[in-house]
Amino acid sequence: MLGALIIVFREVIEAGLIVGIALAVTRGVAGSRSWIAGGVAAGVAGALLVAAFAEQLSAAVAGRGQELFNASVLGLAVIMLAWHNIWMARHGRELARQLSDVGHAVTSGDKTFIALAVVVGVAVLREGAEVVLFLYGILVSGESGMNVVFGGFAGLALGALLSVLTFYGLVVIPPRRLFAVTSVLVTLLAAGLASQSISFLQQAGIATALTQTLWDTSGILPDNSLIGRVLHTLIGYSDQPSMMQGLVYATAIVVIVLATKLVAPPVPRAPSPATAGTPAE
Amino acid sequence: MTLFRKVLLGGTGLAFLLCGAALAEETSLSVSIKDHRFQPTEIHAPANTPIVLNVKNLDPTPEEFESKPLRVEKVVAGGGATTIRIRPLSPGKYRFFGDYHEDTAEGFLIVE
Repeated sequence: MLGALIIVFREVIEAGLIVGIALAVTRGVAGSRSWIAGGVAAGVAGALLVAAFAEQLSAAVAGRGQELFNASVLGLAVIMLAWHNIWMARHGRELARQLSDVGHAVTSGDKTFIALAVVVGVAVLREGAEVVLFLYGILVSGESGMNVVFGGFAGLALGALLSVLTFYGLVVIPPRRLFAVTSVLVTLLAAGLASQSISFLQQAGIATALTQTLWDTSGILPDNSLIGRVLHTLIGYSDQPSMMQGLVYATAIVVIVLATKLVAPPVPRAPSPATAGTPAE
Repeated sequence: MTLFRKVLLGGTGLAFLLCGAALAEETSLSVSIKDHRFQPTEIHAPANTPIVLNVKNLDPTPEEFESKPLRVEKVVAGGGATTIRIRPLSPGKYRFFGDYHEDTAEGFLIVE
């Protein structure tokens, strides 16, 4: 039972963290929760579909279907996260002000929440498909008892709990700072996903340059350990990345930071004494 | 936004430049999965040659073929088969395993 719990939990850590971050980023914005919930629901539906057609997907594009699919959905998530960060750089400050002024009823920014909903959907889709296949395997084989199935579902529940913890961990940060923190989080998340995406292209034999291993820390912190998995999502940690992955990771950060800087409105002078010492909430 | 697109396009272009398709002679290998075990558990390949590994899953349940050093992570449907491409390797012993049954499904690729 514990084995199944750990396998499933390991698979859903990434989705769990991403959902938590997305909820925190859009906290207090009217309608954002339904966007995130919609993303999760679409992701689950997609996961079932991908699992059902796993064989066809695998055989597609001369046996490269699975890799290309993973690489593209990850690429899509990277673009959405980048777009979100750039949008936030432009509008985040006014949004933060409105949030701390009026509390909750802010209705702007639905476009960027579509982006986040897509990111959440993609995360649930990718990892969900593996969980579905794993649980399906247990159920079909019938060789393991119900406690294994129970373990699997407990793993799912832990993943949901991780979302909740991530959310509450982030929302204790005052709104004004939250935007700064989440934009860093989102940038690192996007860079990590970009490096995962390129590794699938390498696996497919499409990206063939720079396959040498950059470093090997699998003896110290294997990335299928729980901490390794969390870091894998949050900062894109990998225990044996290829040089190409390192290059893509660095490029993604540079591109997102530069793009964010370019669109950001000029930083206003220091806040007036009247607002300076006021706690944000 | 347009600038962002330009940057994005530039990045994509660069990525394609780096993705040169290096075609060399390949080594074909195969391994099957039965009762959540690999058969054979050791496969051999020459060094510095691209490898094409056919994985046949004889179990009714899906399995995920995974290897950290080979950098492979691929689901093989129950009763299905899949092709895995592996980059040219230097001599050594590379471990692979079935992610869904790691306690039994383990094998090694020996490159010499």
